[in-house]
Amino acid sequence: MRRFVLTRIVQSVVTLLVLSLMVFLLARATGDPLSLVLPLGATQEDYENARHYLGLDLPLSVQYVKFIANAVRGDFGISLRVRRPVVDLLWERFPNSLALAAVSMALSLALAFPLGVLAAVHRDRALDRAAKIVATLGQALPTFWLGIVLIEVVAGRLQWLPAGGTGDLSHYVMPAFTLAWFVLAGIMRLLRSSLLEVLDSDFVRTARAKGVPEAGVVWRHALRNALIPVVTFAGVYFAILVTTAIVVETVFAWPGMGRLAYEAITARDFPVIQAVVLVTALVVVVANFTVDLLYVYLDPRIRYG
Amino acid sequence: MTGPMRRLPVGPALVIVLFVLVAIFADVLSPDDPYEQHLRARFTPPAWLAGGSWQHPLGTDRLGRDLLSRIIYGTRVSLAAGVVTVAVSALAGAGIGLLAGYHRGRVGGVLMRATDATLAFPIILLALVLAVTMGPRFLNVVIAIAVILWARYARVIYGEVVSLMERDFITMARAMGCSALRIIAVHLFPNTAHTLIVLVSLQIGYVIIVEAALSFLGAGIPPPTPAWGSMVAEGREFVTSAWWVSFFPGVAILLVVLAFNLFGDWLRDVLDPKLRQL
Repeated sequence: MRRFVLTRIVQSVVTLLVLSLMVFLLARATGDPLSLVLPLGATQEDYENARHYLGLDLPLSVQYVKFIANAVRGDFGISLRVRRPVVDLLWERFPNSLALAAVSMALSLALAFPLGVLAAVHRDRALDRAAKIVATLGQALPTFWLGIVLIEVVAGRLQWLPAGGTGDLSHYVMPAFTLAWFVLAGIMRLLRSSLLEVLDSDFVRTARAKGVPEAGVVWRHALRNALIPVVTFAGVYFAILVTTAIVVETVFAWPGMGRLAYEAITARDFPVIQAVVLVTALVVVVANFTVDLLYVYLDPRIRYG
Repeated sequence: MTGPMRRLPVGPALVIVLFVLVAIFADVLSPDDPYEQHLRARFTPPAWLAGGSWQHPLGTDRLGRDLLSRIIYGTRVSLAAGVVTVAVSALAGAGIGLLAGYHRGRVGGVLMRATDATLAFPIILLALVLAVTMGPRFLNVVIAIAVILWARYARVIYGEVVSLMERDFITMARAMGCSALRIIAVHLFPNTAHTLIVLVSLQIGYVIIVEAALSFLGAGIPPPTPAWGSMVAEGREFVTSAWWVSFFPGVAILLVVLAFNLFGDWLRDVLDPKLRQL
């Protein structure tokens, strides 16, 4: 177990380093960031001064090592667009993203679990069909379009909810619902198909034969085993959640990391782009690591290392 | 025709055929030039609303361009992005999955670790970085999505190959002295083809949505080329006064993605019922 944890930590660090190098090189591959920062009439000398001031005249390798050394200490440099330390921006935005992601994830799990289980138990009946429609629509509705339609109808015409921004709980309803629908569709379908398979296996037949009540069979015996594939793909769903969050935050003017990424990318704000990608990757890597540990707990047959 | 074959999803299949025909014959079917601006007829509502005319059946946008014609031409972008991206990812992913499954040891381990790392990376973040550093272009959208999507194929194909490798006919082939290449190409690949077909059909809809989201964020197909995602974005500011500009391109995305997903579901039930969708 200890060896497994150590190996996974080393792998995670390597993944993060490769990613940071990729982003670092891509961000510098094309275009001069200074052309966006300096005014139109800037002289050659202004450019050189700025380049020296920002450390952009050093060799690439030196820039990268400096970047990593600083990043580890939590220093991501200064945003070219708003001239403030990137860390401050991250600290402002990260809690908002986390709150929205947590509410959406809770909402999708709270709906996906009962729907997935009931759909499997009542296979091919009305409830299963209804659940299938919910899931199919969730995977086919473009999130950004759903968001715009909701804003226009619910916030605009009906004036039931605020159109965007953060605030009290009412601000969460539309973005969280939009984000959750897409994610819950995948989880629900996977849970349904995996539970159907488990309900057909020998140990479930045994449990039924020895007289375990049907509810006990489903919720205690079968569900735990049906969860294994769901947990396997949890990391993938998390990546999908983060991806979809960028779009949802942009549509609902939600001041989170996703919107920060969008703003930084449209303004070629390199330090912010690097920081957002790295922090997001770090969150995803940590989530995957947790999933791996959970996996070992759920399925004792798996022994790593 | 027995079993699930009878339940051929006629509706989705028809919608797919219809959209493919629309994409091919876009120039014949469009009532108007998708780029031509009619500045006097800006924000004309759809024909059935007050102030609309059958000259612009679905109305016009901010620059007075005919919305129906732009949606018709937009079909080309969406379908091309879906098909090309999925083809590239499927080829690369299947290749890596076959290789990793055949060489289980070191090579396979490294390849599958890389696959897992890729799988967990948010597509849109990478696509946005690529689009902005290399410019918003069709090719970059394909690259950005394919760079991540291959991992899904590699994962599933790897699992298939690992279980195939235990089977007698592979042991026989190895005993007969077949080369690795021959075993992969002649014995392993044809046995994973049905899974590949199902995955391809299930992913086209997803890629169309991602492409539309990228175009919506301004990182996809650059204007003035009509792409559904950027059309939704263009109408966003005017939703209250001219809802149709954003609404109809979104309906087009919904319809085509729904059709591909339902068709893919059916194909999975027929060809590979045990396959789980990622």
